[in-house]
Amino acid sequence: MVESILPLSVRSLSYSVGAVEVIRDASFAIERGSRNIVLGANGAGKSVLLRLLHGLLLPSGGQIKWARADAKFKQAMVFQRPVMLRRTARENIEFALQVAGREKNISHAARAALESVGLTHLADRPARLCSGGEQQRIALARAWALVPEVLFLDEPTASLDPTATKAIEEIIAAINNTGTTIIMTTHDIGQAKRIAHRVLFLHRGRLMEDALAGHFFTEPQSPEAAAFIKGELLW
Amino acid sequence: MAEISQGFTTAATLIGTANTELLSIVWLSLKVSGIAVMIASLLALPFGAWLALVRFPGRQSLIAILNGMMGLPPVVVGLLVYLALSRAGPLGSLGLLFTPAAMVAAQTLLIFPIITALTRQVIEDAWIEYREQLISLNASRGQSMMALLWDMRFTLLTAVLAGFGRAIAEVGAVMIVGGNIDGITRVMTTAISLETSKGDLALALALGIVLIGIVVIVNAIAQIVKTTAMKHHG
Repeated sequence: MVESILPLSVRSLSYSVGAVEVIRDASFAIERGSRNIVLGANGAGKSVLLRLLHGLLLPSGGQIKWARADAKFKQAMVFQRPVMLRRTARENIEFALQVAGREKNISHAARAALESVGLTHLADRPARLCSGGEQQRIALARAWALVPEVLFLDEPTASLDPTATKAIEEIIAAINNTGTTIIMTTHDIGQAKRIAHRVLFLHRGRLMEDALAGHFFTEPQSPEAAAFIKGELLW
Repeated sequence: MAEISQGFTTAATLIGTANTELLSIVWLSLKVSGIAVMIASLLALPFGAWLALVRFPGRQSLIAILNGMMGLPPVVVGLLVYLALSRAGPLGSLGLLFTPAAMVAAQTLLIFPIITALTRQVIEDAWIEYREQLISLNASRGQSMMALLWDMRFTLLTAVLAGFGRAIAEVGAVMIVGGNIDGITRVMTTAISLETSKGDLALALALGIVLIGIVVIVNAIAQIVKTTAMKHHG
């Protein structure tokens, strides 16, 4: 029996909205334990690609193949703008655990998750009254509590200040260190350099590069990636 | 003008002296409308939430019909309930005609579409915000419905209040199925109607003032609860 839901194999993936092709003929694979950054400018199709992989959108064409059929129960996603239920931080995590079918020690697991992101003191505070950075950490704790094999992160620090960004990046590294594979979008080259083992570079819906981070940043193969790394405005 | 000022004076006297007849009419009004709101809410909140989340052929038509039924004429509802409960009707054997239970049934029918339609709109709007997160968590439709109903509980209070306002203020349906029997099925609106037809405008106005007062107080309490809760829960 196959233990892991990985590798993930993507073949000729496409997604269209009307006549507009948002993702065009993307093929790549995701290996276990890696930190994968989907890099690109705004509108490149990063978020759409993540939603396709996570099953929130259905592809127009191509194939997304996980190693196990029950892969959707081994994934979690954190969105750019965290969606908090009108409950306390702890209850938000407890809800996720209940939905996942966990029956025992839910309260304890929720508190442990909050502790792992340094928010024990906010356990009983209504989640929606927490700051943006705190809400994002609660969202990470909620995702982490599910012990996902793959964690999707859609620009989780896009609206946060550098201090909050640093805290989030440390948590992402900690989650990855427990064996969870990270697939994260960003348009921030500095962040991609800090986090990525591997970079998938998207430009106008087309996967231009799929390379190890060191190689991508020093020897980009496409003019679009080279220009993006240099900070030039892409056409 | 004299009737208006006399109406206020009579209202103050009736309330100040805790008039037994007034209290019994007010109590029956609150009881009938309160029970109707409870029954309608128990049915309409989950149905409205379900309608917000599911997609099926004819859904838009059903929503259009429900929205249209928000303006259902009370006398028509009263007539339908009357026909159902009359001796020759399908539920005639229950012997409920001209009882408070018949009035509850009529008011429940009247406000069910209102609470359903408003709930559907509230939950559908919330679904736009919560959809991806709940799907990502693999929440079932039932779990999503319950989560949304609980999360939107303060907003849904307005839908329930709209139903209560409609129920306690309507006269046509309860007049037909209740019969306005003194001490048994007489509620504020039917009493106002009766006193007006008798020419006792001051008493009718006094009852009207009490009715408006109750509706305003109930709404004010609900508004305070909603505002306070929103402040504490975000």
